[in-house]
Amino acid sequence: MPSLGADMEHGKVVEWLVKPGDYVHRGDLVAEVDTEKTVMEIESFEEGVVAEYLVDLGETVPVGTPIARVTGTPADVPVEVAAPDGGAVERAVAAEPAVESEPTVSAGPAVAAEPAVAAEPVAAVAVGHADAPVEHPAVAPPIRHLAHRLGIEVDGLHGTGRHGAVTRADVEAAAERLHRAAESVAPTVAARPAAATGAGRVRSSPRARRLAVELGVDLATVEGTGPGGAVTEADLHRNAASRPVPAAEAAPAPHAEPEPTHVGEAGPGRHPRSSGAAETSETGAAPDGSSAAQRVASLRRAIGSLMSRSKREIPHYYLSTTIDLGAALDWMRGANAGRPLAERLVPAALLLAASARAARDVPEMNGFFVDGEFRQSEAVHLGVAVALRGGGLVAPAIHDADRLEPDEVMAALRDLVARARAGRLRRAEMADPTITVTNLGELGVESVFGVIYAPQVALVGFGRVVERPWAENGLLGVRPVVTTTLSADHRVSDGLRGGRFLARVDELLQRPEEL
Amino acid sequence: MNDTDARVAVFAALHEIAPDVEPDDLDPGARLRQDLELDSLDFLRLLEVLAGSTGVSTPEDDYRDLTTVQSLIDYFAARG
Repeated sequence: MPSLGADMEHGKVVEWLVKPGDYVHRGDLVAEVDTEKTVMEIESFEEGVVAEYLVDLGETVPVGTPIARVTGTPADVPVEVAAPDGGAVERAVAAEPAVESEPTVSAGPAVAAEPAVAAEPVAAVAVGHADAPVEHPAVAPPIRHLAHRLGIEVDGLHGTGRHGAVTRADVEAAAERLHRAAESVAPTVAARPAAATGAGRVRSSPRARRLAVELGVDLATVEGTGPGGAVTEADLHRNAASRPVPAAEAAPAPHAEPEPTHVGEAGPGRHPRSSGAAETSETGAAPDGSSAAQRVASLRRAIGSLMSRSKREIPHYYLSTTIDLGAALDWMRGANAGRPLAERLVPAALLLAASARAARDVPEMNGFFVDGEFRQSEAVHLGVAVALRGGGLVAPAIHDADRLEPDEVMAALRDLVARARAGRLRRAEMADPTITVTNLGELGVESVFGVIYAPQVALVGFGRVVERPWAENGLLGVRPVVTTTLSADHRVSDGLRGGRFLARVDELLQRPEEL
Repeated sequence: MNDTDARVAVFAALHEIAPDVEPDDLDPGARLRQDLELDSLDFLRLLEVLAGSTGVSTPEDDYRDLTTVQSLIDYFAARG
């Protein structure tokens, strides 16, 4: 169960998009997951064959829980070993036990975390394969296609057809065996996903190790959800919280757990691993999403948890400026004239395009604050706060927004908003934003000073476009203007750079034709 | 297009854009932004849906007059 946002703690598979036996490539969509906010499609982090599901439909599980098992390559599974017909083994099957070499779909909440260790045995298998004397039986293309679909390597099969040709029945029998073999090893894997990180060494930061001592937690017993399976502070808190406690202690609010235990570390950077799962635990409170009211309530809780952390950890500073949109809106009207409705722009597209370019030009606004330091992002993935009808909001990303022209931003925005409201966002869209824009002005307010989405370091707010008297070069006129605000992280930048950012947005909007 | 047809088309389009808006208890005086909470993207989609059902493509210059449900009904009744 990957993390689909810094505030996500649980997820629930509501629909499988693949089935056991399917061959998936890295990035293929495999399931729809219901978070507390919305339903999102998640992709596989691995290439291989789906061996089995590890969670049931509708079962709510914590972030980091393996939800399905993918065998690294078909060769990983000792199909031939399990072959009932004796002499079917035509090549050496890799010696690695399948258990070691099977990464799970979900490597944990660290979005980019590839289970690097797990990848090695796969490579070893490939080498072994190349060295082995392989006999290639005749295989008709349709059969080969079927085998690929089922994740069976035909070169390893004993053909029972004419001249040893592999038949449809051979492939199907092999798939059946693969499936059975998969079932027999699965529980071991599922029980200890952390084992994939290998031999006794537990990855963790010094801070996490200190915290482990403080909490009396054995690191080796904690499932790591950080990069490369590293145990993070959030993991420790989760582990500590999940241990049995007397009923009297278990009753109070979610926040009762870890906070007081490390008062000594108070101050910025206290929870540097804020990119991991949130530290609050709402064990047992996970919604089943059966009603809209419940969804709104759980969304409200998730937003509350994220925003509380942001306000607690991020020393916000706020800037505001008023931008003349006369040039931008004139340009937009010209661009829209004669266009069909479906291709017209709205002002938001220009505001977003300008914000994305400004974030590229003033990079202190674009990136993440993790592990006590700012990590600037090369790419600008512009989060867009989207209000959901019925309550709450999500802020998925328009990827590489700084490189998109207004028309492309517009198309991306329409697509994103439609999917956000339909609950069809993708994991990367929720996890990737490097800076977020809120355009609350659409619904009436003149200015909005937002709360930064940790671990991002800046949030841009646009108010309503209003007509105002505007003096320029000694002349008074009426112009459409918009109040533009910036909330930024003082650990990363100060007012001078923040001011530069807003000035840059202004400059860009005065030359909309160059956007 | 008569008033009734326009009303039906507008209500259907609104329900499509904002499924929580029930045609039965929709007040024609409701304001699109403030009361129905349609943002600019919703508004654009609304006009698209209406263009599909009525054949009327609304130029951008007319946007500013279309602020209430009733103004939409009148607009499409006059042009559809």
